[in-house]
Amino acid sequence: MFELLGITPQGLVAQLLVGLINGSFYAMLSLGLAIIFGLLNIINFSHGAQYMLGAFAAWIGATQLGAWIGNPEFSIGYWPALVLSPLLIGASGIVIERTMLRRLYHLDPLYGLLLTFGLALVIEGMFRHWYGISGENYEVPESLTGAFRLEGIGLALPKYRLWVVAASLAVCFASWVFIERTKLGAYLRAGTENPALLQAFGVNVPLLITAAYGYGVALAAFAGVLAAPIFQVSPLMGSNLIIVVFAVVVIGGMGSIMGSIVTGIGLGLIEGLTKVFYAQASDVVVFVIMAIVLLLRPAGLFGRET
Amino acid sequence: MNGRSRAWVVAAVAAGGLLPFQDVIYIVLVMKVLCFALFACAFNLLLGFTGLLSFGHAAFFGSAAYVTGYLCRSLGWPTEAGILAGTLTAAALGFVVGSLAIRRLGIYFAMITLALAQMVYFLAVQLPFTGGEDGIQGIPRGTLFGLIDLKNDTAMYYFVYAVFLCGFAIVYRAVHSPFGQVLKAIRENEPRALSLGYDVARFKLLAFVLSATLAGLAGSTKSLVYQLATLTDVHWHISGEVVLMTLLGGMGTMLGPVVGALTVVGLQNYLSGIGSWSTIATGAIFVVCVLAFRRGIVGELGAAARRLIRTNNG
Amino acid sequence: MKKKLVSAMIMAAFAAGAFEAAAQSGKISDDVVRIGVLTDLSSIYSDLSGPGSVLAGKMALEDFAKDAKVLGKKVEILSADTQNKPDIAANRAREWYDKDHVDAIADLPATNVALAVMEVAEQKNRITLVSTAASLPITNAKCTATNVHWMYDTHALSVGTAKAVVKSGKKNWFFITADYAFGHALERDASAVVTENGGTVVGSVRHPFPGSDFSSFLLKAQASKADVIALSNAGNDTINSVKQAAEFGIMGSKQTIVPLLMFISDIHSMGLKTAQGMLLTEGFYWNQNERSRAWSQRFFLRHKKMPTMVQAGVYSAVLNYLKAIKAAGTDEPGAVMKQLKSMTIDDAVIQKGKIREDGRLVHDMLLLEVKKPQDSKSPWDYYNIKAVIPGDQAFQPLSKSTCKLVKK
Repeated sequence: MFELLGITPQGLVAQLLVGLINGSFYAMLSLGLAIIFGLLNIINFSHGAQYMLGAFAAWIGATQLGAWIGNPEFSIGYWPALVLSPLLIGASGIVIERTMLRRLYHLDPLYGLLLTFGLALVIEGMFRHWYGISGENYEVPESLTGAFRLEGIGLALPKYRLWVVAASLAVCFASWVFIERTKLGAYLRAGTENPALLQAFGVNVPLLITAAYGYGVALAAFAGVLAAPIFQVSPLMGSNLIIVVFAVVVIGGMGSIMGSIVTGIGLGLIEGLTKVFYAQASDVVVFVIMAIVLLLRPAGLFGRET
Repeated sequence: MNGRSRAWVVAAVAAGGLLPFQDVIYIVLVMKVLCFALFACAFNLLLGFTGLLSFGHAAFFGSAAYVTGYLCRSLGWPTEAGILAGTLTAAALGFVVGSLAIRRLGIYFAMITLALAQMVYFLAVQLPFTGGEDGIQGIPRGTLFGLIDLKNDTAMYYFVYAVFLCGFAIVYRAVHSPFGQVLKAIRENEPRALSLGYDVARFKLLAFVLSATLAGLAGSTKSLVYQLATLTDVHWHISGEVVLMTLLGGMGTMLGPVVGALTVVGLQNYLSGIGSWSTIATGAIFVVCVLAFRRGIVGELGAAARRLIRTNNG
Repeated sequence: MKKKLVSAMIMAAFAAGAFEAAAQSGKISDDVVRIGVLTDLSSIYSDLSGPGSVLAGKMALEDFAKDAKVLGKKVEILSADTQNKPDIAANRAREWYDKDHVDAIADLPATNVALAVMEVAEQKNRITLVSTAASLPITNAKCTATNVHWMYDTHALSVGTAKAVVKSGKKNWFFITADYAFGHALERDASAVVTENGGTVVGSVRHPFPGSDFSSFLLKAQASKADVIALSNAGNDTINSVKQAAEFGIMGSKQTIVPLLMFISDIHSMGLKTAQGMLLTEGFYWNQNERSRAWSQRFFLRHKKMPTMVQAGVYSAVLNYLKAIKAAGTDEPGAVMKQLKSMTIDDAVIQKGKIREDGRLVHDMLLLEVKKPQDSKSPWDYYNIKAVIPGDQAFQPLSKSTCKLVKK
C-alpha cells in the first residue's frame, strides 16, 4: 500500500470528510456574518456568543425549562429546539439591533465592532457565572445515534455528523437562493449597494436591516443547536471559533454570500489537512491564508474591489 | 507650550514623583498602570491621531517583553540593553507588519494586523526560547547604569515613571508637530491629504512604526516590573484591552489613554475577587462607552468644560 | 528634584529595613495570619478549583478553630482571581505579600501561574501551597524552599493510570497531547512509565490549545491501530475528546481511551453514559472512606457539588498550615516549613502524608474506574476504586529529583 507522508489514501479521505464537517460549521457561521456585514456594514463580534446562546437555549429547553415552570416532565426535544432556538435568539438579535446597533449606523463601522465585542463579553460572562465553565452535556437525538461503517476506508462516520453537513449545506444553499433569486433578496442586495435609493423607491430599509440582522443571528443560533451534541455546551464554545470565522469572511470577501459559503467549506478542508501534517499549526493556518489573500486580492476571493 | 500647560506638566510630574509615599496605593500596581498607559498612548497615536485601528498591537508589546526577558535572563544582558533590544525588535516587527497592513484601509487594516499578530502568537507558542505556556519567569530587574538596584520597588517605580514620561513626551511631540498635523489630515480626509502632495503611505508607516516601538518599550518595561513574559502578553485579548483603554479614556486626546489605562487596570484589580463579574463589567463598559460616551472620559470632560466656559462667556 | 529623589530612596530603604525587623521579632507577624486562596474564578479551571477552593479554605479554618484564631491571633482567608494569567497572579501575589501582609497563598491552578507565584514567594520569603497545578518542575528544576506541592503531579497521574493499563496487556500507546507545557509534561512522564513497563509509544499528535474539534486527531489515533489512545490534555479539551471518541465509535471498541488527567467535575459534566469504563487516577475521591464522606457531605451542602481532588487539597493544605503554625508557635515561614516537613499529614482528605525536602507531599493515590450508569446508586457516585497506589510508588523518587534542595 502506498503511503504519502505517513498517511494512507484511506486515512486522507477520512480526514477530508472530517474537515468537511467543520467546514460546514464555518460556512454557516460566516454566512450569517457576511449577511450582517453586507447590509449593516457591521462586524458582528457577538456572533460567537450568539452561537453559544443557540446551543444553551436547546440545552435549557431540554433539561432546565421543565423545572423552571414546575413541571419536571416537560422538555423540548432536539427537533423542536432546532426551530425554536434560532427563532428565540434571532428575536433577541432584533432587540439588540433596534435598541443599540441602530444608533451607530451613521458612524465608523469600527464602533459596531466594539459594541458587539462588549456585548459578547457580557453574554459570555453571564453564562459563565450561571453555568460554570466545564459545560453541559447534550445528547444526540435518538434517531441519529450510531455510525455508518465505511469499511473501505476503515472509518465509522457518525450519522449525526452527516446530518450536520446535510442540514448546514441545505440552509446555506437555501439562503443563497433566497438572496440571489427572489425579489426580497434583490431588495437585500440593493440595500447593500445603495440604501438611500432603495428607500426612495418606497422600500422600508430599516425594517429590512432589522430582519437581516435577525436572520444572521438566527443562523448562528441554528449552528449552535447543531453543534450542541458534538461539543460540550459551554459558555466559551463560541469565543474561540469567532476569530477563525472572521478570517473566513475576510478571505471570502466581506459581504459575499457565495464567498463565505465556499471559503468556509474550503478552509475546513485545509484545516483538516493541516491537522494531519502539522497539527500544531492548524489554528494559525487560516490566518496565514488570510494574510496572503488580503495582500494579493484585497477584496477577498469572491469580493469585488470597490 | 504656554505658561499654564507648563505648570500643569510640572504638577503632574511632581505628583507622580511623590506617589511612592502614599501607603494606600500599591506601588507595583501603579507601575502596571504606567506601562499600560504608555502602551495605550502609543496605540492612540495610531487610532486617535491617524485613524488606523490595529487589532494586533499585542504582537509588539509581547514580542518586546519576550526579547527583553530572554536577553536579561538567559544571556545576562544589562537592563538598559535588554530594554533597548526589546524596543528595537518591536520597531522592526512594526516595520514589517506596518508595510503590509497600511496598503489596506478600515476593517481590512484591522484584520491584517490581527492575522499577523496571530502568527506572532503562534511563534511564541512554538519557539523554544519563549518557554511556551510557562513563559519566561524570573527575569532579573538588574541595576540601572550599574548603580541603582532596581530590585527595590521604589527605585523601579521611578525608573518606570521616567520611561513613561519619556514615551509620553515623544507622543506629545509627535502629535504637536507638523508630522502630527499631517497625520490628522490623513485621519480626516485621506484623499485630500494625498492630493495636497503628502506621501500618505510613508506618513502612515512612520506613525505605525513609532506606535509599535513605544508599545514595545511598554512591553519591555512591563516584563521587568513583573519579571515575567508570557503568552498573555501576545494574546489578542491584550490587543482588545488596549482598544478598550483608549476608547474609554478618549481617543485623540493626550491624557485619555492614561485615564483609560488607570480605569481598566484598576477595575480588573479591584473586581478580581468576584470572578466572572469583572468580564461582565468590562463588556458593559464597552457597550456604554460606544452608545453614550464615544468621546471617552477625557473627551467628555473636555467637552463639558468647553460648554461651561461658553455659557459663562455668553 | 534630584536631592529629593535620593532622600526618598534612603527613606524607602529605611522603611523596608524596619519592616523586615518587625517581621522577624514577633511570634505572629503583624498579629494576623492571612491565607490567600489564589485561584481561577473566571476562566477554564474555575469549575474544578475556583469558588470551591475558596470554600474549602474557609472550611479548613472553621474546622481548625471555631473562633478562627491560632495562637490567640486572628486568621483571615482572602481570595482572588488569577484569570488564568500568570502576570495577573504574580501581581496579586506581590500585592498580597507586600501590602496586605498575606502569609501563605494556596491553590494556584495551572503550572505557569504556580511557577510565577512561587518565584515571587521565594523572593519575599513567604509560603505557597500548590494544589491544582500539576507539572513536575514545581518540585524539581523550579522547586523553592517555601513551597509544598499538595495533591498530585503529572508523574503520579502517569504512574497510576499508565502502569495499570500497560500491565493489563495494552502495550501500544498513541498520545493526543495539548500543545502546551503541561500537555508535553504529561506526555513525557506517561511515555516514560509506558516504556519502563514494557510498552511502546507508536505515535503522538499535538493539538492547539484550547481546541474544540478532536475528530481529526482521533482518526489519526484510530488509524495507528494502537491499543491505547492516551489523552494528555485537561478540562474541556479532555471532555470533548472523550465525547467525540464515543461519537466515532472508538469508546467501546478494541482501542481504549485513557484520559491522563480528569476530575470528578469533568465526569459529572460529560455524564456516565459517555465516560463509563474509563480508568483514571486521582488523589482523593469523596466516597473513599468514612472521614472523606463526612467532610464531603458538608462541602456538598454549601457548594452543591462534591469536592474535586484539588479543592480537597486546598482544604488539607490550609488546615495543616494552621496546625503547623500552632505547633511551631510562630508564623515565621522557615519555622513553619520545618514543622510541615516533620509532621504527618492526617485529615479528612489525606492520610499518612509526608512532605519531602523538595516540597512534595507524598500520599496514597487512587486508581479509579468510572461506573456504568446502572451501577451508580446516588448522585456523584461515579467511581469504583480499583487500587490504592502507595505514595512511594506513585510519586517520583527523591533520587531522581533535580530539586536544588535535595542533598545527594
